[in-house]
Amino acid sequence: MLGGLRVAILVNKKTKVICQGITGQQGTFYTEQVLSSNTQMVGGVRPGKGGTKHLGLPVFDTVEQAIAQTNADASVIFVPPPQAGAAILEAIEAGVALVVCVTERIPVLDMVKVKQALRDSSTRLIGPNCPGIITPGECCIGIMPQEIFQRGRIAIVSRTGTLTYEAVGQTTSHNLGQSTCIGIGADPVHGLGFSDCLEMFIQDDETEGVVLIGEIGGREEEDAADYIRANKTNKPIVAYVAGRFAPAGRRMGHAGAIIQHGGGGAEEKLEALRSAGIHIAESPVNIGATMARVLSERS
Amino acid sequence: MNLHEYQAKQIFREYGIPVPAGGVATTAAEAKRIAEQMDVGKWVVKAQIHAGGRSTGRFAGTTEEAGGVRVADSISQVEQIAQAMLQRVLVTPQTGPAGREVHYVYVEQYNAAVQAELFLAMLVDRQTGLLTLLASPSGGEDVESVSAEAIVKLPVDIYQGISQPDLESFSARLELEATEAQTLGQIAHAMYEIFTQKDASLIEINPLAVSAAGDLVALDAVITLDDNALFRHPEADQLRDRNELEVGELEAILHGLNYVKLNGNIGCLACGAGLSLATLDAIKLLGGEPANFLDVPPVAQVERVRQALQLVLSDPSVDSVLVNVFGGGIMRCDTIADALIMVNRETPIKLPLIVRLAGTNATFAIRRLRDMGPQVIFAENLADAAEKAVAAAKQKEKAVRRSWWNKVMGSEH
Repeated sequence: MLGGLRVAILVNKKTKVICQGITGQQGTFYTEQVLSSNTQMVGGVRPGKGGTKHLGLPVFDTVEQAIAQTNADASVIFVPPPQAGAAILEAIEAGVALVVCVTERIPVLDMVKVKQALRDSSTRLIGPNCPGIITPGECCIGIMPQEIFQRGRIAIVSRTGTLTYEAVGQTTSHNLGQSTCIGIGADPVHGLGFSDCLEMFIQDDETEGVVLIGEIGGREEEDAADYIRANKTNKPIVAYVAGRFAPAGRRMGHAGAIIQHGGGGAEEKLEALRSAGIHIAESPVNIGATMARVLSERS
Repeated sequence: MNLHEYQAKQIFREYGIPVPAGGVATTAAEAKRIAEQMDVGKWVVKAQIHAGGRSTGRFAGTTEEAGGVRVADSISQVEQIAQAMLQRVLVTPQTGPAGREVHYVYVEQYNAAVQAELFLAMLVDRQTGLLTLLASPSGGEDVESVSAEAIVKLPVDIYQGISQPDLESFSARLELEATEAQTLGQIAHAMYEIFTQKDASLIEINPLAVSAAGDLVALDAVITLDDNALFRHPEADQLRDRNELEVGELEAILHGLNYVKLNGNIGCLACGAGLSLATLDAIKLLGGEPANFLDVPPVAQVERVRQALQLVLSDPSVDSVLVNVFGGGIMRCDTIADALIMVNRETPIKLPLIVRLAGTNATFAIRRLRDMGPQVIFAENLADAAEKAVAAAKQKEKAVRRSWWNKVMGSEH
């Protein structure tokens, strides 16, 4: 066994997961996928269906009941947008340690309420509007296609879902593999941020390099650059920021991708990251190649 | 969803935020009638478009210096200005070169007694995740160049609203007189009510005029509603101005797609906003020009993908099409293949179609597409796909030039 800290602090083989919204179309689809993997799925929540079974798992009316009965420490949320904010709040109140919310298009004010609740709790939230978290071969909470992963030495943190898969695909084809991948989601108000994840990855002994996938809008990439400047690391970080050529001021599918007045543009982000010593993949086609080159130059 | 100034000011009136008297018109005659109804001696006529910078904007096809916000000294001048604005294209720093056609003008009482102009806004600060009140003592056109230190910020509790002590220190930092501070407090409370009751994502008053007598009046009004919360506000659909959408965008909204028309000739269809943006980046870095941004949500069914494809193919400026999908979770590559086959059966696709499929069911999907015809070009990965799409579009451009050349040469013989 490796010494030191592992990001598997967030998830590992022992993590027990419940699913809020397990009986819905998406909840069913993903629970089925997860059941065929190593992830320990122990139950689900659907108000009004407590006491029944779904896909062989016990269903509860509330998160509190589910936690009491199953000892779960994580929850994945597939509840539709109108009720998703309340579902996250319920998980926070029940004291779930890790909540992953996959649901997209949650009203921003519902997330402001969630953010206020998170301040007074020890719950960590990933998402919403995110693919979730995976430590390949140990635990997958969310919707990432497990077949593209290969256990290895690169950690990936990304604001965009499908682009996470692109980074995974490229690190796999360069035979680097992944230690842990976290999709933090692209909504303007969300849980864990780039800096939170970088802090964990830097401490993680299994992670030799970090890929950071950003996007135009917000200041999260700039904050990540500030974090790296203040907390030096020997591990190489490769960043790609999507949307260099997006037309300004237009909505691009993620609320987070709107270029903001006086910042948030791709060039500002790239400059901030570069000046913090982070390696830039200019094009999305060479994320994996850049990491492979940087690692080989060091060894 | 953006609202027009006249719609935002109507909401301001309902919530007690002071605004000048005014009314909206779609014809010059209507503008005249509105001016007659409020006999104030001086009026402002304001073009209603979903973009800022109206006063510094210029109307396309004219040499006149006049912008989208003009003062009138007589009723006949109101009519004249309205006539000059309506159905004309206004280009401002925020519209892009294409500009926006004006379909409404707002006729408003001119506010003479302006002593100071404040900037006041409410939005969600994405760094803290909190509802936030923002202000600057120097508002107006140049507010973006105000230094960060001159911006006053107040986090607002989503449940409690703005507390009195917070408001007092906020007003003090803006150096307001007691009566002004009191009105500012009422306006800030009203903004909180509008924000939370209507699910706004932005409320902005710039400028908030302060008179010598200490009165505050909102001279401009911006409200953006949260698209994700429109399900809670079915009545808001009546406020949507369909004129403000590009061709194709309305159709995309109806089908639940994210579509933005761009100026190039490479049609793009990708799955997920991040991969869609990255597809544009990859094409541009190779010297290609995307014709559109189109993000098919990863929950898509065959029907949605079919509509998305038809949207891309219906654009006459498209010379090659790049389909870039990384299947994962609920999005499977065979869904994409089915849609492609369906569209091709209805109307055979003649354009070069570059297909990059990876992830869930990619091998199976590619096998299904083998019989579709020679126009389908398979790509190994994102790099290969972008190269092939750019090459195909350039070849098409060359072919067009050649046929033009042949025509010119032929006509000489």
